[in-house]
Amino acid sequence: MTATTPEARPRSARAVTWTRRRRSWARTAKAFGRSRSGMLGLGIFIVFALLALLAPLLFPASELDVTKATGPIFGPPSLTYWLGTDDSGRSVLALVVWGARISLLVGLCATVLSMVIGTSMGIAAGHYRGFRGGALDRLTDWFLVIPYLPLAIVMASVLGRSLLNIIIVIGVTSWPGTARLIRAQTLTVEGRPYLERAKALGAGNLHQMGKHVLPNVMPLVLANTTLAVSISILSETTLSFLGLGDPDAVSWGSILNSAFSAGAISQGAWWYLAAPGVCVVLVVLGFNLIGRALEDILDPYGDGA
Amino acid sequence: MALVAEPSAVPLPARARSGRRIGPGTRYALNQIAGSLATFLFVIVFNFFLFRILPGDPISLYTKGRDVSGARIRELQAQLHQPIWHQFISYMRDPFSQTAESVKYNSPVWDVIGPRVWPTLLLVGTATILATLIGVWLGIRSAWKRGQRFDKVTTTTTLIFYSMPEFWFGMILLIVFSVGAFGIPGFFPVGGLSTPGVDINTPAGWVDVAWHLTLPVTTLTVIYLAEYSLIMRASLIDEMGQDYLKTARAKGLLDRMVRQRHAVPNAMLPTTTLIFMNLGFVVGGAITIEDVFSIPGLGSLTVDAINGPDIPLLQSLFVLFSGAVILANLIANLLYAKLDPRVRT
Repeated sequence: MTATTPEARPRSARAVTWTRRRRSWARTAKAFGRSRSGMLGLGIFIVFALLALLAPLLFPASELDVTKATGPIFGPPSLTYWLGTDDSGRSVLALVVWGARISLLVGLCATVLSMVIGTSMGIAAGHYRGFRGGALDRLTDWFLVIPYLPLAIVMASVLGRSLLNIIIVIGVTSWPGTARLIRAQTLTVEGRPYLERAKALGAGNLHQMGKHVLPNVMPLVLANTTLAVSISILSETTLSFLGLGDPDAVSWGSILNSAFSAGAISQGAWWYLAAPGVCVVLVVLGFNLIGRALEDILDPYGDGA
Repeated sequence: MALVAEPSAVPLPARARSGRRIGPGTRYALNQIAGSLATFLFVIVFNFFLFRILPGDPISLYTKGRDVSGARIRELQAQLHQPIWHQFISYMRDPFSQTAESVKYNSPVWDVIGPRVWPTLLLVGTATILATLIGVWLGIRSAWKRGQRFDKVTTTTTLIFYSMPEFWFGMILLIVFSVGAFGIPGFFPVGGLSTPGVDINTPAGWVDVAWHLTLPVTTLTVIYLAEYSLIMRASLIDEMGQDYLKTARAKGLLDRMVRQRHAVPNAMLPTTTLIFMNLGFVVGGAITIEDVFSIPGLGSLTVDAINGPDIPLLQSLFVLFSGAVILANLIANLLYAKLDPRVRT
């Protein structure tokens, strides 16, 4: 479709497109490998992803059971309990490792949801002219202006506390920024001649958006995704800290919530607070570093400050 | 259109085009105000439907744990038996109804909210002003010394704070400087807005409030200035590639003059909008920080409303927060047009 193939090399148009795309991915990956901060961020993510996947092997799930806890109450870090114990004698290290599962799961799923909504809204708002485009644009504006956390709080309170609901809440409240960005990019893509060609050949709206606009905004979506993961993880932490997370799931935010309500501050149990917080900062920082490195590489102006 | 700097430079007078005596500046302002009103209307409508999808028995949610007369319950039931569009119309007639009562505080929601506004404004206002001043200054310095040690240290530090949940930073400050972990004497109060029994309308009372607000304001300032400094840095670096700076330098202007008079004013434009746009997130920070430092403001009221759950109170707080942010955005857009006449066209 996008390239005319000479008779001598009977490769399908699709194969040509995919070769071109593979090359451009390889170029991006190579440039990313040269970015030290980007690789540092990727390293942090891999470490935490491994911890999350291996959690059941490292610590049996029974360690999270309050009734089976054996450690001292608010015990400071020691050789048996590297990160100390909580108010019911559970190992904070085990809690934090298990918390990585939920925090990363919610962060990644919510980001996917937010990206799907944001990208489709952005492309549609940029593609359609007149009333439809205007209406989508207005809707994005509205969601952009409504303060994020109060909206997430009322939605979480209304929907009830479960893992799926917190994913929905974060996904549904965090898409407008992406939509804005993608819409702007769509408008520049729409102005290019090959879209006019596609239109002249009778391509429908869905074909134009899916086959021509989407591949061109994909790099931007990718860079934005990593930045969105950090926002999603921070949101999950905040909502769980406020007690709006799944009551049965241990996440970094819910650990902070139990630490705060168990009086870790007045007890001086800094280890109970420090461990989950440091994890959040590291993972969010990691995704921010990856996102910034990708933005620099994919920046159309190349300057990359 | 970017060439049009002054409304008077428009070739055709606005009057001839629209037939009315409205300049492009006024038309822009009216458009913005209309847009903000439409957004607020959307919030109110959204608010109605959002709380109508609540699971369970709405009456028991509204009246739980309160001494409510049978007549009042029957009245509520009659209201809910009406068709949804009927309920919608009566809601839209008076969205800020004085009869909506908080479940927890047992009095009209707006009476509960009223006295909670000032502590939040004081906290958020002080933190925003400090964060803006320090953040912009840091951003300018690190952009100007891009790649040098100052820039590297500042950018790394701000990026770490930007990745931090603000309430966690607040709790760490609290445990270190108020409770006194690590052998540091606990100097600051553990929470509240003032020491009980101190009259906050005297100079000694102001000092007491300032002493109580030191840690929470520091927390919010540090977290927000991280973002402002990153934005200011990026925007000034963008500006530094421009030709007019080369001209200014070629004229022999001092480096400091080029920065202060030429580059910074232009780089301030995107930063200004972003600071105002960000007020929505600032509100979110206030919610958790007030909870951590037990400041009796709108934030801790929100946490109370979540834990109830006190739905009428939550509903009103949502409308209030949204209204405040919409207003801040409107001011930002009008200010932006004043600073940069290009956007009006």
